[in-house]
Amino acid sequence: MTDKKIERRDFLFTATYAVGAVGVGAVVWPMIDQMNPDASVKALASTEVDISTVSPGKTITVLWRGKPVFIRRRTQDEIVEAKAVKMEELKHPEKDEDRAKNPEWLVMLGVCTHLGCVPLDQKGEYNGWFCPCHGSHYDISGRIRKGPAPTNMEIPKYEFVNANTIKIG
Amino acid sequence: MSDHEYTPKSNFGKWFNDRLPLLTLANHLTDYPTPKNLNYWWTFGGILTFCLITQIVTGLVLAMHYIAHADMAFDSVEHIMRDVNYGWLIRYIHANGASMFFLAVYIHIFRSLFYGSYKSPREIIWIIGIIIYLLMMAAAFMGYVLPWGQMSFWGATVITNLFSAIPLVGEGIVTWLWGGYSVDNPTLTRFFTLHYLIPFLILGLVVLHIWALHVPGNNNPVGIDIKKPSKDTVPFHPYIVIKDGFALLMFMIVFAFFVFYTPNILGHADNYIEADPLVTPAHIVPEWYLLPFYAILRSVPDKLLGVVAMLSAILILAALPWLDTSKIRSAVFRPIYRQFYWVLVADVLILGYVGAMPAEGLYLLVARVATAYYFLHFLVILPVLGWREKTLPIPLSITEPILGGSPNLATAKKKESLDN
Repeated sequence: MTDKKIERRDFLFTATYAVGAVGVGAVVWPMIDQMNPDASVKALASTEVDISTVSPGKTITVLWRGKPVFIRRRTQDEIVEAKAVKMEELKHPEKDEDRAKNPEWLVMLGVCTHLGCVPLDQKGEYNGWFCPCHGSHYDISGRIRKGPAPTNMEIPKYEFVNANTIKIG
Repeated sequence: MSDHEYTPKSNFGKWFNDRLPLLTLANHLTDYPTPKNLNYWWTFGGILTFCLITQIVTGLVLAMHYIAHADMAFDSVEHIMRDVNYGWLIRYIHANGASMFFLAVYIHIFRSLFYGSYKSPREIIWIIGIIIYLLMMAAAFMGYVLPWGQMSFWGATVITNLFSAIPLVGEGIVTWLWGGYSVDNPTLTRFFTLHYLIPFLILGLVVLHIWALHVPGNNNPVGIDIKKPSKDTVPFHPYIVIKDGFALLMFMIVFAFFVFYTPNILGHADNYIEADPLVTPAHIVPEWYLLPFYAILRSVPDKLLGVVAMLSAILILAALPWLDTSKIRSAVFRPIYRQFYWVLVADVLILGYVGAMPAEGLYLLVARVATAYYFLHFLVILPVLGWREKTLPIPLSITEPILGGSPNLATAKKKESLDN
C-alpha cells in the first residue's frame, strides 16, 4: 500500500465507529447485567442457625442463598481422623485446622464441586460424604479424595455469634 | 432450482405475483426435481418439520395454562394434567413429542452419515443442521426444567454447573445464568422465556436449511450428481409428497403409541416429586436423547476435560465434511466405510446405554473405550479411509444400471443382491 494521506473523512469514520461502539456497549451491558443476582436475592445474604440441639456425630442441613449448608458436630474420633491425613494424599491440600476454626464444628457448603449435587452424609470410602451424581468421595473434613470433583467442598463465611448460634454469610 | 419462468394463469395471480412472487415460490416447491430413487430414510425431513410444528402448537397451548414461578410451576403442571380440558393429552403430546423429535433427528443425521449427504456441495446444509440440533438440545433441556420436579431442578443444576469448569470466569458465568446463588425462580423464568424463543429460531433455521438444500438439490442413495430435471428426477409434488405423507402416518402411529399407552416411559418418576434444593435424587440421568454425550462427560475423570470432551463430541460433527476425505458420497460404494459406519452406530448406542448406568466399574470402563472410539472414528478412521479405501465403481446415472448398457451394470446388480 502506498502511503495514503490521512484525510478529514478518515478521522470522521474512526470517530463514528468509536462513538458507535461505546453506544452499543452502553445498551448491551444493561441487557447482560439484568441477568445477574438482583437486589432482593442479594438481600438474603446471611442466615443465623441455632445449633444447640445438634448432638455429636450428627449433621444438620440448612438453606443459605438457596444452597444447602452442612453443619456437622464432629466426634473426637472424627477430629483425630481429619487431622491425621497427610497433605500429599490430598488432591486439593488443605489442613483440617484451616477448614474448621472450631474443630468440633464443620460448617461447609453441601454442594459437590463437580457439578453441584448435594452429597450424602456418612457415605463413601472416606467416612465422610459421597456424591451420588458422579461418584465423588469426600472425607470427614469435606476434602475431595476420589472422583471427578476438582476441589474440596467450600467453606462459607461464618462466625459463632454465641455458643449456640452460627451466623452464615 | 427450476430454470423455467413461471407465469400464473389468472390475471389476479399475475398482478399479485409481480408484486410478491409467492406463487413462483409455490411453483418451485411443487415442481422441485427430486431424485427418483429416494428411499424411506429420506422422509425424515418432512417428519421433522411435522415434529417442530407439533411442538410449537402444543407448546403455545401449554403456555396458556402454565405458570413460570418456582412456587407454582409444579402445581400448574398438575393443574394442566387434571383440570384443563384435554390438558393431559396436550402435555403428553408435547413431552413425548420431544422424544419423537430426537428420534427422527437421529435417524435423519445417521442417514446423512451413511449416504455422505454432508459432503460438497452440501456442507452449509449440514452445518445449519448441526446448529438446529444444538438448539434442539437447549430447548429440550430448558423445557425439561419447567415442570420444576426433582429431575428438572437437579438436571438444571448439573448442566448449568458445566460452565463452572471454565477457568477464572466459570463461577461468574454460572451465577449470571442462575440470576442468584443457586437454581431458583430467576432461573426458571429465564428458562421459560428461552424455551419459548428457541423453537422460532429453529423454524427460521429450518427455512435456511431447506433453502440451502434447494440450491444443489437432494443427495440420493447412489450419491452421484444428477442432471435436474432429467430422467433421474421426479417432481416433488405429488411423488415425494405422497411418500413423505405415508412415512409420516407410520411415524404418527409410533408417536400415538407412546402418547396413549406409555406416556411416561421415556420420563423419570423422580420428576413427579416437587423440586427440593436440599435433596439430590440418588440417580440423576438426563433424557435418553442426551445419554451418549452424558456418558462421554462422565468417562473423563477431570471436570474441565470432561466438559471439553462432551462439547467436542457434538462440535466435531460440524467439521465432518472436511474430516471425511473420501470423494465418494454413498456408503453403498464404500465397502470399508460401511463397516465402520455400523461400528459407529453400535458405539453411540453403547454410549447411550452406559450413560444411563452408574459411572463405576465395568460401565465406566466401557464408557471410556466407547468415548475413545467415538473420537477415533472421526479424527483418524475417516480421514485415513478417504485415502486408503478402494471404492466400488459408481454408476453414471440413477437410471443407467437399471436400464442396462452401463459399464457398471454388473457391480450394481451385485450390490442389489448383497443388499437384499
